Amino acid sequence: MKANKIPVGPFHPLLEEAEYFELTVDGETVVDIDMEIGWMHRGHEYISEMKTFTQSIYLVERICGICSTSHPLACVHAIEDIDNIEIPLRARYIRSLVGELERIHSHLLWLGLAGHFIGYDTLWMWAWKYREPVLEMFEIISGNRNHYGMMRVGGVAKDVDPEKIVELQKHLDMIERKMIMISKIAKDDPVLRSRLKGVGVLSHEDAIAYCTTGPTSRASGVPGDVRFDEPTDAYDLVDFERIVLPNGDVYDKLVVRVLEIIESVKICRQCLDKLKTATGPILNNVKEISPGEGIGRYEAPRGEVFHYIRSDGTNRPIRHKVRAPSYVNIPSFKASCKGIPIADALITLASVDPCYCCTERSLKIIDNNHDPQKLDLLKLSREKTERIRREINAD
Amino acid sequence: MGWYNKRLSKSLWVFHASGSPCNNCDIEILDLLTPRYDVKRLGIKLVGSVRHADVLLVTGIFNQKIAPRIKRIYEQAPKPIFVVAVGTCVSSGCCFKDSYNITEKREEVIPIDMYIPGCPPKPESMIEAVAKLIGVLNG
Repeated sequence: MKANKIPVGPFHPLLEEAEYFELTVDGETVVDIDMEIGWMHRGHEYISEMKTFTQSIYLVERICGICSTSHPLACVHAIEDIDNIEIPLRARYIRSLVGELERIHSHLLWLGLAGHFIGYDTLWMWAWKYREPVLEMFEIISGNRNHYGMMRVGGVAKDVDPEKIVELQKHLDMIERKMIMISKIAKDDPVLRSRLKGVGVLSHEDAIAYCTTGPTSRASGVPGDVRFDEPTDAYDLVDFERIVLPNGDVYDKLVVRVLEIIESVKICRQCLDKLKTATGPILNNVKEISPGEGIGRYEAPRGEVFHYIRSDGTNRPIRHKVRAPSYVNIPSFKASCKGIPIADALITLASVDPCYCCTERSLKIIDNNHDPQKLDLLKLSREKTERIRREINAD
Repeated sequence: MGWYNKRLSKSLWVFHASGSPCNNCDIEILDLLTPRYDVKRLGIKLVGSVRHADVLLVTGIFNQKIAPRIKRIYEQAPKPIFVVAVGTCVSSGCCFKDSYNITEKREEVIPIDMYIPGCPPKPESMIEAVAKLIGVLNG
């Protein structure tokens, strides 16, 4: 039995970012999968060590354009963890509001792309049409559609005015109506159901073995969610539900995300209501960061973001480590892609909502001081001599 | 080539290559196709292969691994092809200009005809850029 290899990428019509997959197939069935990353590596951790704490928040915002609240939020949590800095109540609500709005727009974005990948462009257009009001809400809050720049050590950068709250609530009402409509479409549509049910199953054991996080693990019955397990910001002040589904197929991952959007709308509504009454400052003025180390966690739309920061008392971090959720979710393809037809491979690859910009923190260094070809030839030649010598000695 | 460009301007086919961006420009490019902005009404279509394209949209800082691939994509494209650089990353390097892994001059990898500034540029400014490109092609 001879296995064939199908290369996908780095530039492929359906891949938005550059990434490379190698599918080993036997006939129509995928036997094995290998992936190569590194096309997006920009050296964030190194640049962050040259920036001040405030600047590094803006830098980590640009790790990924979709998680541009999650990374800064985890980063400020890490910096605040060094000195146990208290955050004003109003700032906590604004942080959670922005974080949940980001979850809505990220899940809608995924929903649209998933529809596009299975050739259901209607879903793509609808989901992205109703993503626009969310971006408008961001524009009202922060002045920008993406890269909001809202997070600061000890609070947030901009306040949400009372007249803005009324406008935001109007937008939120509209979004909620449309989300309920989209969730009905996603759950009842016979095409989606028959196309995605039982495809790319990630079993409960595999989800634990590969340490998956976020909606990927929650669709496989693993109830991990940082918002519940270690509530930060306003998550212990609002009511919402943990969405966990048992089957682990792509359909369950879709339903988890759709239901999470509705939960996020609930959180946003509560935050806006509380913002009407919660008065006070939005920023604790932090003069300096003492030496020490801190960790920050946040439940990004794709799973748990983890930041580690070490400070030596100056205004710059001396080590900044980032661990993004896609880094642990992507290897789970090895479990979920085995034994499925090639036609289902792409939607299975997309089902974890992989973000390669977040993932690529490591770099393989190749020695450029020596000509590698010469080095190899010399090595080969010497090895051959050694082999012959050993053979002669053995005789 | 005036007559050729004039015919080209009626319907530009666009290929999008991401050279290590933060993903945001790419999302905003895809956003152009969706109902709010809908550039298909201007005859613009996103195609799957650069061999069919008239315009090449590039984003990002081109790290050292992807720069040869971007160059190869440009070489595969039928000429004339108009290279439009989306985002601050391509023009100035944004906040990554201190990194060890970026190409110093993106213009040496591929020739760039047009820059759209912004981090990320708003879809409106991308549409304006395309309209300007069509104006230039019409002479």
